[in-house]
Amino acid sequence: MTSATLSQPIRERWWRSRTTRRFITNKLAMFGLGMIVLLVLACILAPHLLPYGSLDIDLRARFAPPFTGYHFFGTDPLGRDVAARLFEAGRISLAVGFSAMLLSTIIGTLVGVIAGYRGGWIGSVLMRTVDGFLSFPSIFLVLALAAALQPSAMMITIVIAATSWMEVARIVDAEVRSLREREFVQAGRMLGLSGAHIMFREILPNALGPIIVAATLTVARAILMEAYISFLGYGIQPPLPSWGNMLNGAQQYLGSAPWLAIIPGAAITIAVASFNFIGDGLRDAFDVRSDGH
Amino acid sequence: MPGFLLKRILQSLVLLLIVSVIGFVVLNLLPGGPLAQFGLDSSITQADLDRLREQLGLNRPLYVQYLDWAWRLLQGDWGHSFRDGAPVLEVIARHLWATFLLMGSSTIIAVSIGAWIGIRSATHRGSTFDYAATVGAMIALSIPTFWFGLVGIYVFSLKLGWLPAGNMYTIGDETVLDYLHHLILPSIVLALVHVAIWSRYMRSATLDVMNQDFVKTARAKGLSERRILMKHVVGNALLPMVTLAGIQLPSVLTGALVTETVFTWPGMGRLFLDSLGYSDYPVVMGLLMFSAILVIASNLIADIAVALIDPRIRLA
Repeated sequence: MTSATLSQPIRERWWRSRTTRRFITNKLAMFGLGMIVLLVLACILAPHLLPYGSLDIDLRARFAPPFTGYHFFGTDPLGRDVAARLFEAGRISLAVGFSAMLLSTIIGTLVGVIAGYRGGWIGSVLMRTVDGFLSFPSIFLVLALAAALQPSAMMITIVIAATSWMEVARIVDAEVRSLREREFVQAGRMLGLSGAHIMFREILPNALGPIIVAATLTVARAILMEAYISFLGYGIQPPLPSWGNMLNGAQQYLGSAPWLAIIPGAAITIAVASFNFIGDGLRDAFDVRSDGH
Repeated sequence: MPGFLLKRILQSLVLLLIVSVIGFVVLNLLPGGPLAQFGLDSSITQADLDRLREQLGLNRPLYVQYLDWAWRLLQGDWGHSFRDGAPVLEVIARHLWATFLLMGSSTIIAVSIGAWIGIRSATHRGSTFDYAATVGAMIALSIPTFWFGLVGIYVFSLKLGWLPAGNMYTIGDETVLDYLHHLILPSIVLALVHVAIWSRYMRSATLDVMNQDFVKTARAKGLSERRILMKHVVGNALLPMVTLAGIQLPSVLTGALVTETVFTWPGMGRLFLDSLGYSDYPVVMGLLMFSAILVIASNLIADIAVALIDPRIRLA
């Protein structure tokens, strides 16, 4: 109660704020948002609307090219409908991307807040651990872990999150460090508020902008990472389709059935680019200085 | 300078320590842990495994095992490959140069095109070119490298027949020209993402330099814009790029792994995946540690190089 009046004296309604106005006038960001809404709707609705299921095998209709006959995006080597698989896969890939983002943002925020607020040797150890994780090429670490653990959608999500929380930790650490000696924090201390209260209720809300930006870009990277490891065969396991594993066998049919490679790849690119557009728009809107690293 | 050097080397050693702890945790997460190699052999019984655990000291406390493992790592004893029994470092060395060749040529492409786009974006700020470069970079960053590789193979190998679809050379025709011919497509594929990154950084670095006083002075002296750009801006804007080259290395290695897979390029990435497929964990662990050490070392070298070039850091 007291905290609210201390840290946020007068608050504009968020939908009338300058930030929101700057975001909705950003054409690219709105385009990205539109694409994501469309993709999510398609992934939710398509399995109910399409006449074929993602696992329906029809050997007589193998390798049907797209835009001909009954299969809108054509069929795969088992005669399964590519469109049905694409949108089913989209559910999984987007869900993995979102959940990995949530998890990694939580980890990154916790590490960053504690490191930034406590400082000292705890802060040093935490932030050097961040540097340590960043020294590994992410895919080596992800693949080694994915191969070691039972591959399920949940495990893949955890592995991706475990290797993508560092960016958020760095951002939050820097923000908290710059805020922790400010008057409102000292006032909180004098009021006898607990460390956790000051960290999460007083300081953290001020770092929300950069966290949201980083989280949006993390969704993009998580979707890409899932695609990479599933393409390489260590991610989501068939028959469950994901955008990455749909591409897994596509290389051998590149000459005869190029749509098997082109369609899921285009879906990944559109989804990832859209999140990047949104993240970039949010960065401009929140006026987060990109420090170049 | 000696103070800076010492501090930076000390930081790298601390980082090495942390990286080795992370590596050790991963090693113990692998199925069967360090004994995984024997779990695959059906002639080895549980009793054998227990005896091995005793012999190899795996019943000791974890921190003792870690110290032992790290000590052997330091001495260059990285274990032996399950597949051919060769020392891990030797196996890595065999695949190293193929990856370096690919990374080197793609870095040349990425830096030259990226720098050109970045400088032009900065000098034509707000132009259509600048806007197109911004959007283009964001799209390039969103394209999965392996998919770009597949599309490249489809267009340039299968449809046009200009470039080979994979491998490093044609068997029986191992000339320099043949290597180059095989190098073109994978290098471009690997370079795409980094052209985007380099152009963004180069743009902001150029803008930074263009706002500095010495550029205003040069302009006041009446030098032509072109001369100012070539003589005063570009060199200074390129300096922070040395650091960027170090920072970018993990991402280049990630891209190389995927590119090598698509193009059956016999480098470290290909080796990593093959080893993973054969559960050849010593090699997997070796590559994991090797790549991290490579990254730490190249960041250190990049920082020292910048310090040597830039008197502001050297004298600080």
